[in-house]
Amino acid sequence: MHSSALPLIELGALFFGLGILGRLAGRLGISPVPLYLLGGLAFGSGGLLPLEGIEPFTTVASEVGVVLLLLLLGLEYSASDLVGGLRRSWAAGIVDMVLNAAPGAIAALLLGWGPLGALAMAGVTWVSSSGIVAKVLDELGRLGNRETPAVLSVLVIEDLAMALYLPITTAALTAIGLVAGLRTVGIAVALLIVALVVALRFGRFVSSVVESPSSEVFLLRVLGIALLVAGIASQLQVSAGVGAFLLGIAISEDTAENAARVLTPLRDLFAAVFFVVFGLNTDPAQVPAVLPAALVLAVVSTATKLGAGWFAARQIGVGPLGRWRAGAALVARGEFSIVIAGLALTTGAVDPGLAPLATTYVLLMAILGPVAARVVEPVHAGLTRRLRPAAS
Amino acid sequence: MDVEVTRLPGIGTKQEFTTASGRRLGVLTHRDGHRELLVSGRTDPDSCSASVGLTDAEGQALGTLLGAPNLVAQLQDQQAELEGIMTAQFPVGAGSPYDGRTLGDTAMRTRTSTSIVAVIRDHVVSPSPGPDFVFRAGDLVVLVGTGEGLGRAAAILEDG
Repeated sequence: MHSSALPLIELGALFFGLGILGRLAGRLGISPVPLYLLGGLAFGSGGLLPLEGIEPFTTVASEVGVVLLLLLLGLEYSASDLVGGLRRSWAAGIVDMVLNAAPGAIAALLLGWGPLGALAMAGVTWVSSSGIVAKVLDELGRLGNRETPAVLSVLVIEDLAMALYLPITTAALTAIGLVAGLRTVGIAVALLIVALVVALRFGRFVSSVVESPSSEVFLLRVLGIALLVAGIASQLQVSAGVGAFLLGIAISEDTAENAARVLTPLRDLFAAVFFVVFGLNTDPAQVPAVLPAALVLAVVSTATKLGAGWFAARQIGVGPLGRWRAGAALVARGEFSIVIAGLALTTGAVDPGLAPLATTYVLLMAILGPVAARVVEPVHAGLTRRLRPAAS
Repeated sequence: MDVEVTRLPGIGTKQEFTTASGRRLGVLTHRDGHRELLVSGRTDPDSCSASVGLTDAEGQALGTLLGAPNLVAQLQDQQAELEGIMTAQFPVGAGSPYDGRTLGDTAMRTRTSTSIVAVIRDHVVSPSPGPDFVFRAGDLVVLVGTGEGLGRAAAILEDG
């Protein structure tokens, strides 16, 4: 066979297969992320079919996937959204972090993965999937609900916190020492402040660098700058994704909307590769061993997310049912958990068991989250009906 | 009545107010510009019992349905101080000679001394239409003038 034939056939089969999985996810009304992970599990190491010859491409493509995932996330939010969310809901953000980082961290310590494993797993259970949550709220017609601003504020704060969490984790995992680690965190904080100030004051400047009437030129400029910034951030140990996220924030509103429009198809493509590659690098034979731990984590972290959402909604004066709705809406975990796990695994400093655990956990939570959001109202109604006679 | 504006990060902006009967009514404007009408739940005021996506034309139509009766009433209010000046609305009927012709063709001001101040079509108001405005059967023409002038205007719209 011609030397380029095999990689092309493998890639073609891979993307076509992902297309089928994506359609299946649409039919089932769930996020495609868990199915991409399953697709990755099915192939690759220990799977049905090892894919050979396309690793150089998939490795780079999955890196680009993370960059685009975070860039698009940054583009979603304007700087005033972030600052406003932080000012209003910082207390809810802290409660959310403490409650939801704890289950992952404790699980990692119990599994004997040490403080570094605990740091990584804390992130995996902490961050809700903003993609899944926003989609579920829209589908259930809850965007206009009074608790929805509280839910969105929690998501905003989690995403903003990632801009510090990812550099801290990278620094800790690569064991670059306390001084170098502090320097990395300092750079991250400084970059975050610079990005916010640029977005609030000099947004037009950033826009004028990338803006072009030709959508082709615009796409190349935005993508080029994103990869440049991501690469430089990565060199500064701040993590490529964080650089892209901050760039997304710094791009001001009109340009951000155009950029999001041209980049979304690319994000879908490369992010799919990222999730598949994560699945590929996970040995499916290890999944049964971590399944009990993943199930316990799923139950506990569902409860803690319910608590965090309940608190956030109560802060803005929402009634009892709305508080539970807010909690249930936040249960879904997804892309960020995998980004964190992927980051931890590439450094090689954590137990390789983290990959199957994170995969299994995200599979469970990505499916459980939308279900929780749907059943919270009937469950609440059933419980209050049962409790009321007892109380009277 | 206070209209409360809430930013929804990553989604858009919500504007709402609470009615005298205690229901929340509002409009959610998504970042891509499409709008949703929101009505709060009857039993749970935090929830939405309806959220209806509206196109631009539908939104305008709804606004006119709620606001159009006010248009004539407002014009009448404004002219109440002017002796002898009245506001009226007449339809362009299916058999009208002006179905498909322009406002200029009616020579309304010259012939009747009335002014066409607005045309309502499919519940959408076109204020101050120019002489190039083309009438269609079903349009409602809002005119200001004397009682006598308005009578003649109605006849012109009907029979030419």
